[in-house]
Amino acid sequence: MDAILLAKSLFIFFVVVGLFAPLMIWVERKQSALMQDRIGANRAGILGIKAIGLFHPLADVIKLITKEDTVPAGAHRLIHMICPFIAATPALISFAVIPYGGRYTVGGETFRLVVADLDYGVLYIFAIASIATYGTVLAGWAGNNNWGILGSLRASAQMISYEVAMGISVIGVFMVYESLRLTDIGDLQQETFRLLGFLEHFGWVTPGASWLGWVTIPMWGIVLQPLAFFIFLSAIMAENKRAPFDVPEGESEIVAGYFIEYSGMKFGLYFMAEWIEVVVIAGLISAMFLGGWSIPWISDAALIARMTSVFGPDFGNVLAMTIHVGVFMSKVVAMIFFQQLLRWSLPRFRYDQVMNLGWKILLPLSIANIVVTGLAILIVEGIVS
Amino acid sequence: MTEALFWIFSGLAIASAFGVVLNLRNTVYSAISLVVTMLALACLFVTLHAEFIGLIQVMVYAGAIVVLFLFVIMLLNLTGDPMGAEGQPVLKGIGTLVAAAATVKLAAILWAMQKPWSEVAPSFGGTREIGAAMYTDYLLAVEIAGVLLLGGIVGAIVMAKRSLD
Repeated sequence: MDAILLAKSLFIFFVVVGLFAPLMIWVERKQSALMQDRIGANRAGILGIKAIGLFHPLADVIKLITKEDTVPAGAHRLIHMICPFIAATPALISFAVIPYGGRYTVGGETFRLVVADLDYGVLYIFAIASIATYGTVLAGWAGNNNWGILGSLRASAQMISYEVAMGISVIGVFMVYESLRLTDIGDLQQETFRLLGFLEHFGWVTPGASWLGWVTIPMWGIVLQPLAFFIFLSAIMAENKRAPFDVPEGESEIVAGYFIEYSGMKFGLYFMAEWIEVVVIAGLISAMFLGGWSIPWISDAALIARMTSVFGPDFGNVLAMTIHVGVFMSKVVAMIFFQQLLRWSLPRFRYDQVMNLGWKILLPLSIANIVVTGLAILIVEGIVS
Repeated sequence: MTEALFWIFSGLAIASAFGVVLNLRNTVYSAISLVVTMLALACLFVTLHAEFIGLIQVMVYAGAIVVLFLFVIMLLNLTGDPMGAEGQPVLKGIGTLVAAAATVKLAAILWAMQKPWSEVAPSFGGTREIGAAMYTDYLLAVEIAGVLLLGGIVGAIVMAKRSLD
């Protein structure tokens, strides 16, 4: 049991930190180049092999680690030193509750592919993310720099504002799936509903007509809670302070904002935290809104049954597990690509626009979503029973 | 294990609580000590199987309220200034009286808790149980707290408006 837990933790750690984080550096540079009709990073190579710029992340990290680590005069040294770690640690540990596969039985051991299957899964990520705010807010202050303090003030206002909309928008999802546990939400998203079933209920067509069952829709979060999906996506991207919500950095106004006084790998840690958070956001959205690890219209049980009947119980389970992890990771990659697409497409909001969007548009919409969801659940329950 | 964690986190909570009031050098350090107190309290809640309360403690108090404190401290640039209420004996007297009353009340609660402990259900502290309790048994208290908060929000808006005009 402990060996399985260790294997799951190591797997997700190496995939997120060892595979996705360096690839994000490459994606950031190459995708922006592609969208701006440039070639992008293509110089770094080992023995003349350039591999479309894939060695650039390595070169970047070596450069950052070997750079001098400066601390400005008049800085609060201790806080200045620990801030990058406060910012990066939450990003590293939030993947613990995101399931990247279903339930499998291999060699007599039954396990779920999630490191910590907590009863209050999503809340754990929110709580951890709210701690990350300190890494941002204190960084600008500790550096004893006015640009930094301006960036920190903007960051604290923005992160507090969007935490509210983010938390309230997912309440609709919890209401629909009746759980905060991400594995429960993932299981329930495998079910399908008949799109035209209501025709039969109201007696508009004769019951039992075979064509009614044709159009089935998987009960993904994005289908049942489309408004929550868009509110959550905007709010969580604002939490991550990436373009178009990067007023705390605001290069054209306040140079680099809160991390202006950092150099070397501490500067790099802020970027690493941002990139890993992009992966966490993609994972969270895939798990809550895009059906998680499951293939649409094919339930876990059906896939595992088919695989075991062909390949035997152990190998069949391993094969189903591989397929599910692959499906989940491809959803994550698609969401990462989508976030990068937004980043390079939209210009930066002005500070007052960020505040107005958060308080006057997203928050009322997310509260309205709860009311509408509650009414819809009552109506659907009334029809079904 | 649980007992060791209890001593570690309660010691941390008390030490950082002293840090909040005794740190006269810099207001920001006091706020950081307050965050550590909140986090230690949240850990104590988790060891008591009240994980939901612990997480809410982190989200609301450590993650939002103290960030707002820091926001105000940095906005007003209070760093290095001496605390107020230095030369105000009346305020100090009132503060001492309130603290003494709170201590007496706490001692009374602790005294009343000496009766035998009862076992809790395995689902204790779960999200479902807390939600059900809040919206059935304690509905009136929840509604009253909601109205109080609404009053606070309206008051804050009125005061902010007045300073703008």
